[in-house]
Amino acid sequence: MPETAEYEPEPAREKPLPVNLRRDQPLVPVDTVAGRALMAVIAILTFLAALSAGAAVLAARASEQWRGAVSDEMTIQIRPDSHRGIEEDVARAVAMAQALDGIESVRAVPKAESDKLLEPWLGTGLDLVELPVPRLIVLKLRPGATPDIARFGPALRKEVPTAILDDHRLWVRRLSAMASTIIFSGFVVVLLVLTAAALAVAFATRGAMAGSRESVEVLHFVGADDDFIAREFQSRFIRLGLRGGAAGGVAAIVAIAFLGFLASFWSTAPEAEQLQALFGAFEIGWAGYAAVLLVAIVVAAIAGLVSRITVRHYLKMLA
Amino acid sequence: MVRFENVGLRYGMGPEVLKDINFSIEPRSFQYLTGPSGAGKTTLMRLILMALKPTRGLVNLFGQDVSRLDAPTLTAFRRRMGVVFQDFRLLDHLTVYENVALPLRVLGKEEASYRAEVVELLRWVGLGERMHAVPAVLSGGEKQRAAIARALIGRPELLLADEPTGNVDPGLGRRLLRLFMELQQLGTAVIIATHDLNLMDIYDAPRLVLADGHLHVDA
Repeated sequence: MPETAEYEPEPAREKPLPVNLRRDQPLVPVDTVAGRALMAVIAILTFLAALSAGAAVLAARASEQWRGAVSDEMTIQIRPDSHRGIEEDVARAVAMAQALDGIESVRAVPKAESDKLLEPWLGTGLDLVELPVPRLIVLKLRPGATPDIARFGPALRKEVPTAILDDHRLWVRRLSAMASTIIFSGFVVVLLVLTAAALAVAFATRGAMAGSRESVEVLHFVGADDDFIAREFQSRFIRLGLRGGAAGGVAAIVAIAFLGFLASFWSTAPEAEQLQALFGAFEIGWAGYAAVLLVAIVVAAIAGLVSRITVRHYLKMLA
Repeated sequence: MVRFENVGLRYGMGPEVLKDINFSIEPRSFQYLTGPSGAGKTTLMRLILMALKPTRGLVNLFGQDVSRLDAPTLTAFRRRMGVVFQDFRLLDHLTVYENVALPLRVLGKEEASYRAEVVELLRWVGLGERMHAVPAVLSGGEKQRAAIARALIGRPELLLADEPTGNVDPGLGRRLLRLFMELQQLGTAVIIATHDLNLMDIYDAPRLVLADGHLHVDA
């Protein structure tokens, strides 16, 4: 550098250089009120998206459990008929079922057990001898086996006209449809929330650009190209997105874990049994937690990508 | 280095604020750009900086017609220029050191590679003890010197300074002028926009005089 008579170099020139001069400050201000508000919005949206993803995973797991439990069983119901001996009909149906290929075990539910099934509706202490209570036969299928139900059903009806074969296909179909609807709804909600997050980031970026217009101009004048400026904004919004996404994701994981804890805490209540029958053990497992984490990462990635696109678009308009 | 031919500029559908501007700036030259307040000095500077596009005429910069420049070339040209704004335009959230190092940082250079150079320049302009301060706590003169240091750190071929002595006392103004003269001697073309006649009397140099939108060169 030139020496001047009036601008004498400071005598401190020989001083050692200060360590750590640069604070790695971003070139566009980050810790603004708008930045914090955006982070809160991202956290809330991530929380909602993560809960939806968790619910979808829960429904998928529960549906798998239902289908697994229901599809490896069939039941035969023998209706009472005053002209026929029900015990003989049960024995005949059991014999026919045992002869069917693909059946692992056949169990005729004892009358006492059948009567017990009616207790929730009729109460205890009733004499059900006079009541025409149907009898059940449970057929457990061998894993992977597909018994010839199309032939067995009519053959059974022919031998035992009061028998009704139920292979649970209707139930499986209905449960599958319900589970698929829940999963699809969860997926749509996640998509909507991610779209909302993208729009929020786009508006925030435009606001930040408008607020930093002078800084952007200075950066241009000191030789920064559009890519550099876009990267600066992108890294700022990725950081905000990561912080917001992490906060929302952690809150969602805590909420899901808390609901799981409540479910296990009340597992002895009759309502809890029904809930458990519907939703399984209320655990989303590693897949669920991975889905929540993925949502948080996707939110951060969206924040970075959308801000970059918005900045590039804005800079093109300025040019 | 810079050549304007019949350049005119109007904002929107308004009247022309600059009319038939013709001048050229040679390498290693020194000139004042002067005229009354509102004459269009800053606008002309922004045209040279390619922050504005002329509505007519030819602007030639470093041998190229700027109307045909693509974005990378425009950025490359700006890296060959240094600019001192009238209102300094220091980034408020950065320290003096970070502001001065900005032109090197945007080039993607490692901080370790320019630290000594920036510190030396800061000491040279008398801001060695203020390098950790943010602009909000600097005096007008300190901000001015920080802005000048930022314009110089990239060793520009062309320096544009808009009213660089407008916020400082006459003594500091003279010292800053001496600084610009020395830069010119080191090979930088210097354009100083000012309406301070006393300052221009200290060092005689060609004057680009703007009045009523027209420019004439007073050699």
